Amino acid sequence: MVINDKLSVELCGIHLSNPIIPASGTFGFGTEMAELYDINILGAISIKGTTREARFGNPTPRIAECEAGLINSVGLQNPGIDKVISTELPNLRKYFRNPIIANISGFSLDEYVECCKKINDEEQVEIIEVNVSCPNVHNGGMAFGTSAESAAKVTQAVKDVTTKPVFIKLSPNVTDIVSIARACEDAGADGLTLINTLLGMRIDTARRQPIVANKMGGFSGVAIFPVALRMVYQVANACKIPIIGCGGISSANDVIEMMMAGATAIQVGAENLRNPYACKEIIENLPTAMEKLKIDSLKNIIGIVK
Amino acid sequence: MEKTLFKITSNKPLTKHVYEMCLSGDTSAIKHAGQFINIAIDGLYLRRPISICDYSENFLKIIYKVVGKGTEQMAAMLPNTTLDILVGLGNGFSINNCHKPLLVGGGVGVPPMYNLAKKLLAQGKQVSVVLGFNTQEEIFYYNEFVNLGANVYIATVDGSVGTKGFVTNAIETNNIDSDYFYACGPLSMLRALYDKLTIDGEMSFEERMGCGFGICMGCSCKTKHGNKRICKEGPVLKKEEIIW
Repeated sequence: MVINDKLSVELCGIHLSNPIIPASGTFGFGTEMAELYDINILGAISIKGTTREARFGNPTPRIAECEAGLINSVGLQNPGIDKVISTELPNLRKYFRNPIIANISGFSLDEYVECCKKINDEEQVEIIEVNVSCPNVHNGGMAFGTSAESAAKVTQAVKDVTTKPVFIKLSPNVTDIVSIARACEDAGADGLTLINTLLGMRIDTARRQPIVANKMGGFSGVAIFPVALRMVYQVANACKIPIIGCGGISSANDVIEMMMAGATAIQVGAENLRNPYACKEIIENLPTAMEKLKIDSLKNIIGIVK
Repeated sequence: MEKTLFKITSNKPLTKHVYEMCLSGDTSAIKHAGQFINIAIDGLYLRRPISICDYSENFLKIIYKVVGKGTEQMAAMLPNTTLDILVGLGNGFSINNCHKPLLVGGGVGVPPMYNLAKKLLAQGKQVSVVLGFNTQEEIFYYNEFVNLGANVYIATVDGSVGTKGFVTNAIETNNIDSDYFYACGPLSMLRALYDKLTIDGEMSFEERMGCGFGICMGCSCKTKHGNKRICKEGPVLKKEEIIW
C-alpha cells in the first residue's frame, strides 16, 4: 500500500492516515464491510452507538426516503456495552488495525458514566465519542445535547472517569450550537463531532400516516451538508478543540470543503447506505481533488476559511 | 455481496402493473433462490430492493410491480441501459431433504418461487406451486411454472380463475400433499399459512430498508432466535422462529 502522508491528520495526538471515518450507525461494527474491501484504508471507524443494556430500538418501518437523503428512526439498536466489548470489538480488531472510536449513548448520566468507564478500559478503543444528540429516543440521547448545561454535565461526568480523548457528538436541533460546543469545551471535552441528524418527518399521503412508525426520525444525506458545514464553521471559530465534521459528505470535494470550514477529520454517514464503497472511493479520489486545488497536505487547509 | 454493473436485455409488462426485466452481468455473488438485489436508480436517494426471479451465469431476471417513483422509473427503462446493482443480498431459501415441497406465492411474492421451483425440481422432488392473485388480469407466470414440471394451482380472490379465495383455500380444496412449505407474499397471506399449515416451512418477509446489506439496522425484526436484519439474516425466516 502506498503511504500518502499528504492525507494524514492528527486528532488529539492520534495519527489518522487520512481524515475519513465512517460515522456511527452507518457501518455496523465494521465486520460486514470488511467482507467488501480492506477497511484498513480508513482513517478510523466510529462503531455503532452503544448503550448499557441491549436495545432492539424502535418499531419498523424505521426508514423513509427523502429527496436528497433519508430519515431513520432506528433508535439505538445495539447489543449492549458488555457484548460490544466481549464480541464486537475483538471481531473488528481481526480486520482493522487503525483507531476505533467507540460511540456511547445513554438515558441517564449514570449510564453515560458507566459505559464510558467500561470502554475506557478497552485497549482496542482510541477515542470515545459521546452521543448526546440521538433524536430517536425519548428521555435520553438528544435531551442531553440540547442545553449547554446538560451537555456540560455529561462531558464533565464522562471526563472524570476516562483517560482517553472524549469527543462529544452534538445535535443540530438547537437554537445555538456554539454555546453548547463552548460549554462542552469548558467542561473538558477533547473534541467535538458535529452534526448528528436533523429531526425530520415524512407522511405517506395514501395511508395518511407517518412513514416511520416512530412518526419522526433523523434526517441525513447530501441535503444536510450546507447545514453541517455552517455549524462546523461556527463552532471552529468559537472553540479550540478539534472537530470531526459530519453531515451529508459524499465526495472528496465535500471533505476538503468541510476541512476548510474547520474540521480536522470527517465522518461519512448516509452515503455508506447507498454506496457501500463510499468511504473507499472518497479516499481514492482525495489526491486528485487536492491536486486540482493545489493542496499539498490536508493538514494545511484545516480551518483555512475565516 | 457484490456491487456490479448490469445491462438490461429486456424489460416488458406481464400484466397492467407487473414487469419482467432481464439483465446481463456477473451473477456469481448469488447463491440461493430467495435472495434479492438492490438497484441504484438515477435521482433517487436509496436503492430499490427487488427479489430475484431467476438467474444463471451472466443472466438475471426480476419481476417487479410498479408501486412508486422507483418502479415507475424502472418500467420506463430501455434495453442496453446500465444499472448499478448490489447482488447476492439476504439469506435466501434453504433446500433440505423434504420430498414434496409446497411453494406459495402471492402477487409479487410469486417471482422468487420460480428459481426455487427450478432448483427443487432438479433434485427430483415433487413440487406443488400455489399462486394467489386478486383477479384473472393480474395472473402471471402460470405457464412458466407448468413448463418447469410443477403441479400448479391458482387462487383468485374474485374467483375468476382457479379456487375462489386465498391460497389457503386452494391448498385445502386441492388437498395438496406436502411435507414442507416455502412462501412469499403479503403479510396477511404469510400469517394465514403460518396458522393453517401444520408442516414446517419458511417464509420471505419485506421491510423498508436503508442499505440492504446489514449496516444500518433499518429493517430489524424480533425472532425467537434473537433480533435479525431482514436484509442480512433474512428475508427468509423459518416458521418456528417467527414472532408475529
